Amino acid sequence: MYDFQYHRPTSLDEASRMLSGAEEASFIAGGQTLLQTLRQRLAQPSDVVDLGGIAELRGISREGDNVVIGAMSRHNEVAGSADVAGAIPALATLAGGIGDAQVRNMGTIGGSIANNDPAADYPAGLLGLGATVVTNNREIPADDFFVDMFETALEPGEIIRSVRFPVPQRAGYVKFDQPASRYALVGVMVSQGAGGVRVAVTGAGPSVFRVSEMEDALGRDFSADAIAGIRIPSDGLNADIHGSPEYRAHLVTVIAQRAVNAALQAH
Amino acid sequence: MSEKPPLSVLDRPNSYIGRSVPRPNARRLLAGRGQYPTDMVLPRMVHVAFARSPFAHARIRSIDTEAARAAPGVVAVATGADIARLCKPWVGTLDHFAGMKSPPQYPLAMEKATWQGEPVVAVVAESRAEAEDALELLDIDYEELTPVTDPETALDPATPVIHEDLGDNLCFSSRVDAGDVDAAFADADLVVEEEFHFPRHTGVTLEPRVITADYDPSEERLTAYHGSQTPYQMQDVYARHLGLAEENVRVLCKDLGGAFGIKLHVHGEEMTTCALSMMLGRPVKWVADRLESFVSDIHARDHRVRARMAVTAEGRIVGFDVDDLTGVGPYSVFPRTSAVEGNQVIKLVGAPYAIEHYRAALKVVLQNKNVMSQYRAVGHPIAFAVTESLVDKAAAELDMDPVAIRRANYVPDDAYPYKTASGMAYEQLSLQQSLDRLVEFIDYEGLRREQAQLREKGVYRGIGLGTFVEITAPGAAFYGVGGARISAQDGCSMKLEPSGRVQLAISINELGQGTETIVAQVAATELGVSMEDIRVTTGDTGSTPYGGAAWASRAAAIGSEATVRAARALRENILEVAGAVLQEAPADLDIRDGQIVGRESGEERLSVAEVGRVGYFRPDTLPPDFHPQLSVVRHYAPQGLPFAFTNGIHASYVEVDVETGGVTLLKHWVVEDCGRVLNPKLVEEQARGGVAQGIGMALFEECLYSEEGQLTNASLADYLVPLSSELPDIHVTHVETPTQYSEIGAKGAGEAGTAASPGAIMNAVNDALRPLGARVSAMPMTPERILTALGRI
Repeated sequence: MYDFQYHRPTSLDEASRMLSGAEEASFIAGGQTLLQTLRQRLAQPSDVVDLGGIAELRGISREGDNVVIGAMSRHNEVAGSADVAGAIPALATLAGGIGDAQVRNMGTIGGSIANNDPAADYPAGLLGLGATVVTNNREIPADDFFVDMFETALEPGEIIRSVRFPVPQRAGYVKFDQPASRYALVGVMVSQGAGGVRVAVTGAGPSVFRVSEMEDALGRDFSADAIAGIRIPSDGLNADIHGSPEYRAHLVTVIAQRAVNAALQAH
Repeated sequence: MSEKPPLSVLDRPNSYIGRSVPRPNARRLLAGRGQYPTDMVLPRMVHVAFARSPFAHARIRSIDTEAARAAPGVVAVATGADIARLCKPWVGTLDHFAGMKSPPQYPLAMEKATWQGEPVVAVVAESRAEAEDALELLDIDYEELTPVTDPETALDPATPVIHEDLGDNLCFSSRVDAGDVDAAFADADLVVEEEFHFPRHTGVTLEPRVITADYDPSEERLTAYHGSQTPYQMQDVYARHLGLAEENVRVLCKDLGGAFGIKLHVHGEEMTTCALSMMLGRPVKWVADRLESFVSDIHARDHRVRARMAVTAEGRIVGFDVDDLTGVGPYSVFPRTSAVEGNQVIKLVGAPYAIEHYRAALKVVLQNKNVMSQYRAVGHPIAFAVTESLVDKAAAELDMDPVAIRRANYVPDDAYPYKTASGMAYEQLSLQQSLDRLVEFIDYEGLRREQAQLREKGVYRGIGLGTFVEITAPGAAFYGVGGARISAQDGCSMKLEPSGRVQLAISINELGQGTETIVAQVAATELGVSMEDIRVTTGDTGSTPYGGAAWASRAAAIGSEATVRAARALRENILEVAGAVLQEAPADLDIRDGQIVGRESGEERLSVAEVGRVGYFRPDTLPPDFHPQLSVVRHYAPQGLPFAFTNGIHASYVEVDVETGGVTLLKHWVVEDCGRVLNPKLVEEQARGGVAQGIGMALFEECLYSEEGQLTNASLADYLVPLSSELPDIHVTHVETPTQYSEIGAKGAGEAGTAASPGAIMNAVNDALRPLGARVSAMPMTPERILTALGRI
């Protein structure tokens, strides 16, 4: 790890100022990716701005037909929230399956989606539930937020305040995880709600994506059998030491079916 | 009445032997008071970090150290040539491996770097962070060379030769040929064959490799606080290679955070750290970080085995024909070599079965990858996965039950002593008895019924058996006869304190396996005192007798024999003093519960503490010329056959998800016969830990190298090890066949869990897949490999 200046602002304005005033600054939320990067000397920020002291970034609440989760909410807080469990149990399941207990005690929803790791769970949660990302200066629908591998629609210095999840009629999240990291080799969030059916896949491609063919089929018949025959092409899917594109393509159908079953069982 | 033969240690009253007594050191370790070498801090200590080759094979054109030397906190920068002036190179061959070759290896790379991760330059600084900062200022000019990374083509004329002086990339080859294999296969009703792949994996110790070397130039003494399972071997290596007097080298290792065979080899980093301490006259510390561990701790396995087995129509196994190709590193590892694993594979295939015709060929080839050597259960998991897989395959083809084919072909329990076709001599095994025990232990018939019922519902479960025969507690036949200065014997010293308590020092050491417990159990039993009265010291070449320490499942088997002899000698000496005090014949006395008692009457006569008081403070009250001998030392070298073979059988019960390829381990059972069980709980812990490592091999672990020789998964986020959530309940039961060559009769138990579990799991997975016509013969059996076998991707 290289030396850097550490800052701990208490308001969003102060955080923005600190970031823009520094030579090459980085926000830190839960630190579950950034700290590893720093320790491996793969990044050398001049300043690190810790968002942990900003009270308004915390808290989980039910607001009408939505569940609003503060950006600095830790995975364990989401997994254990009665509001989340009552309204969107699939989201509680998702949060409770991230990494391990240590990761869940430190990692945050805002940090996870800002990083947009191709194998992270939350991107599938947001996209599959049709959530909206609320930042310090605008609202970004999940469909526009996740741009590419480790790339989001966030502008430099823009800070995520919260994520607003519409409460679906039903939803299910299932992942096939990589046993060392518990990252998703393939994770699928399926939901059915006011906005129709959504199927979002993480882990398989460079960034989270929807499978419209499955959404259409499930819109007609919300059952695992309805998508049994739908195979997504392996072209462009991730190829790494944990799985080939062909394997991931195969898993998308299997895991999506299981997510449908999970949604049906939960509701 | 004194004519009666003395009681053996097994007949002693209040015996601790065979009891699951808790570990005396558990409280200390749980209180955070473990003395791990990683914790060592010494005054004036500096830290070393290593620049490592980024290439698998490269010529080192030049090294510019100027900027690094000028960096803040830097104390010294040393290249391979600098260290070579202080430390002699080593050659990892053994004389009894005829024709074996390996070039001299230096602590740091000299003209060429030969694997990605090989240490090239050492930087010493006031802190590890400053040393790492300075590493980035080194300018090392490499000329990349073609790496040798495929064992299959390592010997092709078109493949570059890693060490030109050797002529080719062949490190070692060997062959076993017994009976008439060609005729046996020609006459066989059935021949089953398969090509198996067992990839590289590594030990992943919780505490990494570590050393703090403290050289005192005023006395030319080196003290090394070294995370080593073989302190005496390292004392010898340091003395010889650093040009020091042996008695001036002291190696200490009190507690150790995991070893598994990783921590008994000579690695360049520790040698360099010692040389740097000599250069600087200051303590120098090195702790591997996890990335360094992956690229420099020895790797193990990496075997491609082609094997076939000849069987009669009645299911009689007639012979085996085996070909093992194993790719090791660019050097054979010193001093135990990189050939022992392959050499054991070609001896151990078929080992549980009574066969006459046996042929096995081994080729060990050099690679531009990290060095390879012995790791827990050396060769056994490969040999028994091959054997047991072929046995199940034959059973399936002949429509025989896996239990029946084993029962019909094991070396029968009444056939001992027995010599195998590959030349191994068994004193007494219990293969049939162990199988019978297993069938009952796991309710085999009930499991088969459950499996059949679930199959009808589309649930694919499999039952796999894995028999093992294991080499333990070797004598000098393993290394000594090959010229290696590795002790096959061990020693135990005991001293009576004036309080009546006992200080015991022994050359077998504590790796977390419970050595201190076993030793205290045996000493207390033979001496006649409470275990709490025995203080055990291990892991210090300066204050314990010389010995081999802990490797090859030897510590309990050999150490318990040294201990019982020392304890008996001390008891006799204590009774001599007591006899003098009481004016009675020592032979009429005994020690029980810390009291001198009448041997027949059991009547308390004197406390052991009183003997201590008189012996040390009032010898004037004893007869003239009577000199109490209240310190003793005894040594024990293994007797009889070269190895104490153990045996046992595992069963694995798995469920395969045929949609994802995922394997869930439902249960694992172990029936093991390690001879006399000194402490059932410790043996069971060893079995469970060993099974966990075998599960890693079967399902998860693989060091993945690219064609360029880059290790691509050198982190715990990418290299899969089994976590507690993947482990099933592991049930262990014991069959006891003590060796008659020793007094207590214990054999080794440390590696049996790893020896048979991978094969059992492979058989279980293939049993689950059989109705679908699929079969897996490469480990780890990843979901993708299973789905590929199923033809689903």
